Amino acid sequence: MFNLFLLQALNGAQFGILLFLVAAGLTLIFGIMDLINLAHGVLYMVGAYFAATFTGLTGDFLLGLALALPACLLFGIVLEVLVFRRLYERDHLDQVLATFGLILMLNEAVKIVWGAAPMSVPIPDLLSGSIPLIGPLQYPFYRVVIIAAGLLSAFGLWVLVNHTRIGMLLRAGAVNAPMVSALGVDIRRLFMLVFGFGAMLAGFAGAMVAPILSVEPGMGDSVLILTFVVIVIGGVGSVRGAFVAAILVGLVDTLGRTFGPIVLRSLMDPSAASQTGRTLAPMLIYILMAAVLFFRPSGLFPAKGAAA
Amino acid sequence: MSAGLSEAAFDTAGRVGPGRRAGLFAGGGATLAAGLIFLALALLPPVATLIDDPFLVVTATRIMIFAIAALSLDLVLGYGAMVSFGHAAFLGIGAYAVAILAANGIDDLFLQAVAAILAAALFAFVTGAISLRTKGVYFIMITLAFGQMAYFFMVSLSAYGGDDGITLDARSTLFGLPVLAGDLGLFYLVLAVLVVAFAGLRALTLSRFGRVLRGTRENPVRMQAIGFAPFRYQLTAYVIAGALAGVAGVLLANQAEFVSPAYMSWQRSGELIVMVVLGGMGTLAGAIGGAIAFMLLEDWLALASEHWKLGLGLLLVLLVLFSRGGIAGAIGRLAGRSEA
Repeated sequence: MFNLFLLQALNGAQFGILLFLVAAGLTLIFGIMDLINLAHGVLYMVGAYFAATFTGLTGDFLLGLALALPACLLFGIVLEVLVFRRLYERDHLDQVLATFGLILMLNEAVKIVWGAAPMSVPIPDLLSGSIPLIGPLQYPFYRVVIIAAGLLSAFGLWVLVNHTRIGMLLRAGAVNAPMVSALGVDIRRLFMLVFGFGAMLAGFAGAMVAPILSVEPGMGDSVLILTFVVIVIGGVGSVRGAFVAAILVGLVDTLGRTFGPIVLRSLMDPSAASQTGRTLAPMLIYILMAAVLFFRPSGLFPAKGAAA
Repeated sequence: MSAGLSEAAFDTAGRVGPGRRAGLFAGGGATLAAGLIFLALALLPPVATLIDDPFLVVTATRIMIFAIAALSLDLVLGYGAMVSFGHAAFLGIGAYAVAILAANGIDDLFLQAVAAILAAALFAFVTGAISLRTKGVYFIMITLAFGQMAYFFMVSLSAYGGDDGITLDARSTLFGLPVLAGDLGLFYLVLAVLVVAFAGLRALTLSRFGRVLRGTRENPVRMQAIGFAPFRYQLTAYVIAGALAGVAGVLLANQAEFVSPAYMSWQRSGELIVMVVLGGMGTLAGAIGGAIAFMLLEDWLALASEHWKLGLGLLLVLLVLFSRGGIAGAIGRLAGRSEA
């Protein structure tokens, strides 16, 4: 039982880390620009497709990843210049409509360019295989790499946000963007940078899961909604909140799916327990979100009025 | 952030500025327009028989069902300025009320409708009470998340088809009579519900309740200052809208004779928003017109290309980007009206 718990906890952490990579950029975009971006999940999808394509072209996953990242950055900046730049001053409804349109468009465009069939990316030899945990327990090395890469990115982001000049401007922008602009900071350039960087992080998450999930149109949609849950729990604009909430959501979702039926089995008969467990498990994170909101309507670490 | 600024940015759920209520059917004569639409719809079946196109009736039934759903969303979005992105969940709850009761031997439309209304209203009450504690982007994300919660609940409900959905054996009966068995009976029932929903919502929005709701839309702080609690009015509107969308779900299940979680997908919620905005928010006739226009546009694009979503998405983006006041403004100007 403990072994299963350990494995699932690692899976949950890995899932949470990926959610964090997508949520980090999105929460900054929400917090600083007060922009609701439904199309952020598309960037995750595009990252996976770029990774698949470049890996296919170069024959090497790491090289493909290295090419996919700048491609995502560029894609994000192009989107910002073409679409998002014009949305900052609009009301939320316009933002919802335009980014909803963008999802429809880009999901379909991906289908046209890469086809509707799922693509798969092989795990590179260097990162395949398993590593021993405790006793006979093994864990896939690639998933460990994902966790490590995510933690490294989170640390890098923490340094960037808390210990650099750009980070200082970001935090200031999250608290009061007009004031930052009034103090002579080119807020438009800052926005563009944040957007491109957020796109790259989401693309990085997409590229990292490409070898373990199937790469298909619309794969970003479910991630987007989980990311929303993460941001709502963590507090809009807070990178620290996004990190805590992402790990929390990853763990609750993964452990809930495994242990929900097991826990219920001690309360009711097995078949009813597994049915109820399977029905309730996907709802757990939403119940968690509702509970957090009930006690803290602006999330665990609200950025507005307090430093992120 | 200073108090004044944060109020300005976050005072309405979803921040919908004034001057957005222009569209296909904005302004005077809206009720007249709705009346003309109803009249045209009532005359449609004989015309369909005349030109020998029975499928016209089926298409029109489907469009009217979504018009009812759009009407209900308009109460929330247009009159209450709450950008709810989970409205399809209520549609799905209504549809599943039919499927689940029918699977358990209850075929009566009346009982199914009562169950659907109660279930949808309860879901709206609980999720609305939590969602309305928040404002702005939070509200949009939370309603979306609750919609997804309902979606995943139905996906994992394998006893009633799960992801694949469930096919109904037959349409509902009314007090033992198979009045909906034919497409014509269903058509006129849906039309009747549409007319009653329109009339009811019109009376509601013109009542004191509707005026308070509109006041809250324009300036919640001021409404609070003169002694109204916006939360109660917004939640009531949210529950009424949810219940009405549940009724639309009951009709949708009967029309398609099939129910699946896809009815409550978030894309569906997005489409409902587009319908309301397309027709002009806060005008009931507009919601109906928007639903008709959107469904016809969708059908037309789908005929033109299998990649019709590309065109629809592009159209949405371009309309928002290149028209002052968004889609509603563009259509308002196209129709030759100056924006309010």
